[in-house]
Amino acid sequence: MDLAQRYTNVGVIGAAGKMGSGIALLLTHEMALRKTSPGAREERFKLTLMDVNDEALDGLKGYLRSQMRRLAEKSTVRLRAHYADRPDLVENGEIIQAYVDDALDLARFTTDLDQLAGCRLVFEAIAENIDLKVKIYKQVKKLAPEAFIFTNTSSIPIRLLDEQAGLGGGLVGFHFYNPPAVQRLLELITSPTTRDDLVADAQQIAKDLKKKVIPASDIAGFIGNGHFIRDGLYGIAEMEKLRGDYGFAGGTYMVNRVCQDWLIRPMGIFQLIDYVGVDVFQCILGVMNQFIEGEELHSDLIDELMKRGVRGGQNPDGSQKDGFFRYEKGQISAVYDLDKGDYQPIAAAWSDRFDKALGGLPDGHFPWRALSRDTSKTAKLEGYFGNLAKAEGLGARLGRDYLKRSKEIGEQLVSSGVAAKAEDVNGVLLNGFFHLYGPINDYA
Amino acid sequence: MKLRKKVYIAAGTYTISLGTGRKEFHPRKPRPGLEHYIIEAGQGVLAQVSDPRVIDECVVGNFMAARFNRQGNLAALMPTIHPSLEYKPSTRVEGACGSGGLAVMTAMKSILADLSDVVLVIGIEVQNTVKAIYGADVLAGAGHYASHRKNGHAYFFPSFFSDRAGAAFKKYGHDEVRRAMTQWFVNAIEAGRRCPEAQEHHNRVEDLHALGNTPPNPTAFVDNLNVFDCSKVSDGAAGLLVLSEEGLAKAGIAKKDAVEIVGCGTSVANLTELPADPTTLATSRSAVEKAYGMAGVSVKDLAFAEVHDCFSITGILMAEAAGICAQGEGFDFVSDGGTRPDGRLPMNLSGGLIGHGHYTGGTGVRQTVDNWKQLTGKAGDFQLEIPANRPHGLVISMGGNDKTVVVFVAKQA
Repeated sequence: MDLAQRYTNVGVIGAAGKMGSGIALLLTHEMALRKTSPGAREERFKLTLMDVNDEALDGLKGYLRSQMRRLAEKSTVRLRAHYADRPDLVENGEIIQAYVDDALDLARFTTDLDQLAGCRLVFEAIAENIDLKVKIYKQVKKLAPEAFIFTNTSSIPIRLLDEQAGLGGGLVGFHFYNPPAVQRLLELITSPTTRDDLVADAQQIAKDLKKKVIPASDIAGFIGNGHFIRDGLYGIAEMEKLRGDYGFAGGTYMVNRVCQDWLIRPMGIFQLIDYVGVDVFQCILGVMNQFIEGEELHSDLIDELMKRGVRGGQNPDGSQKDGFFRYEKGQISAVYDLDKGDYQPIAAAWSDRFDKALGGLPDGHFPWRALSRDTSKTAKLEGYFGNLAKAEGLGARLGRDYLKRSKEIGEQLVSSGVAAKAEDVNGVLLNGFFHLYGPINDYA
Repeated sequence: MKLRKKVYIAAGTYTISLGTGRKEFHPRKPRPGLEHYIIEAGQGVLAQVSDPRVIDECVVGNFMAARFNRQGNLAALMPTIHPSLEYKPSTRVEGACGSGGLAVMTAMKSILADLSDVVLVIGIEVQNTVKAIYGADVLAGAGHYASHRKNGHAYFFPSFFSDRAGAAFKKYGHDEVRRAMTQWFVNAIEAGRRCPEAQEHHNRVEDLHALGNTPPNPTAFVDNLNVFDCSKVSDGAAGLLVLSEEGLAKAGIAKKDAVEIVGCGTSVANLTELPADPTTLATSRSAVEKAYGMAGVSVKDLAFAEVHDCFSITGILMAEAAGICAQGEGFDFVSDGGTRPDGRLPMNLSGGLIGHGHYTGGTGVRQTVDNWKQLTGKAGDFQLEIPANRPHGLVISMGGNDKTVVVFVAKQA
């Protein structure tokens, strides 16, 4: 079956979730473009969007309607040609509305997995739970024997899933980054048993969805989480070292700052864990620990936080839930104090002591936001990291150590075969995590 | 043909041109509407006369309030400016982006017909009410819907002028034309920075040439223009008085604060047809020739020109239509700085449509106000020294794809 045929009947499982809804949007747009393209009018297209939560499916419908309008507004130059044979559609506004209607008409919203019968492409974006995934795949295999399955797993080896569900190489890892509709990076995970025609289709679909593909080997955590999880564990260990002198809240605040300011990253490590979710972090740790030998991938602190209900992640409206930090209008406002079991507001009177202990930033420092839009950022980064190498003070020392550890992690991903080359590791961090430089660099 | 009596312009004013680029502009926050701009511009004019009751009549130039703001019957909004305008005559005129020029011309006709001595003219458009992709639909009304819209581009008007740029690339060489278009953009922004009300007044971009040379993106926009070649989406209004000799006296306006319209010309071309030669603005040229003829002047008598540059290519072709350069020579003329404030013939000293902003139906009035400001020494940071032997200012107000054109030649009264 060629890919054009496969595109006519597509399903998304977990479509109303954070990742699933973005994947649903990308597929709606791609399928609607195919449906409305000149000459394709006779073909029938069906996109089945399945989720267990009926209420969330209503939210998905609204999300698709508003986001499809936005996409149509951006694609109007092209869409006018799609409707050239419709004399009743003249103005941009009429064409945009027609496209949104055509797009939503191809989507079916359901809580019933059986509705995926006959699907030819199935995208799965449910929780990182091996047993659940295997159970679902087995059902899909019965309902849609021809389907290729694309899993959004960010950590579970796909060969294991494929074999346990008896898919015969019909599963590929298609790891989108959050939010999928915006982030360009896609980690493509194949195993030696993955079918060649599926690999080819996966490459083409990634291209259709305008994604930048970085291949990763089928080793738990892949590249993105392979770096992030270890980077997070290092941050936690560094915080534990500072805890004696500065307390839990002080240590957390300091390590997060070092990561964001001294390393010029978009956010500090604990804010990033909050963004991903402490719960997700714990879950991925568990998966990686299960499959990766000779390395202790575990954190008592994360387990303790989960026990106390400190989970991070986002509310349905996109706002950040409490985690290591508490947030007001997206900005950090307080830090969790494990010793007190409560949040410590971050005001100058409190944080001064820790800022003084860290010391000033080295000369030539620019905030991440300013550099991210700077065409001469490479030269500026070289200058800054040159100064960091010679700088004194606790912040500079912690920064250098962090840089070194991040590089080690990156090199380990290459040497252990997770990534084929250093550029792939750097590419994931640059594109998926919005770092300004890859971990494998000459600065460390 | 000569004017049968003297006609003057005075008491000009304009609001800021609000849109992207202005610090006051927040896409998601509520903005002033038509009513605000009419009152601000109208009261700005009235503040310059001895008594608001001297106004005999109003004319308002507007293109598409019926779609941008779902509001028609704008003529009857004039009494909101001042109670004395209640029960006075008032007319709304429309000629696409040339509506403002037509409004001034309509007021002149009333003076010349001895129907009024003092006419208040407002030009207005508030178009940030819709996103650009829908605004393109509204502005497409300046072309012929039945003949051209269905097969036209999403960005309908930019594509007309993209085609003109493409024809110029073919005829004169891409790089030469592109260089001139970029220079036109640079001049426009630099001029806009000097005018406090201009939309680009807050522009602080360091390398304008690099920005102006941004490659076109045909999948999202048009083939031969980048977005910097285009005037922006603007909200704003301009106001002025058109007066007779008696009107000046009634309004208490000294001649030194007024300009005299010594020549005017209006031309239209068939809306249903595309231009025979896309590298010329034949209708504009026709109107310019009428105005020069009536004024008894030539391009040698001009101190500056205020022309319609909805796109960079339009501005350059306008220099040729105004006879400032021979056909095909406008590109080098602009590239070599001929239209800059220190050039042979300065153009668009407050930024033009690209630098000042383009509240479509109001732009012709704004241009006429700038002409008045220059000739009466009220232009502030963008004031030119007007040479005694070249005392005239030129205004070209254009609607559509060179379809409705109004031209004025003025000098200090």
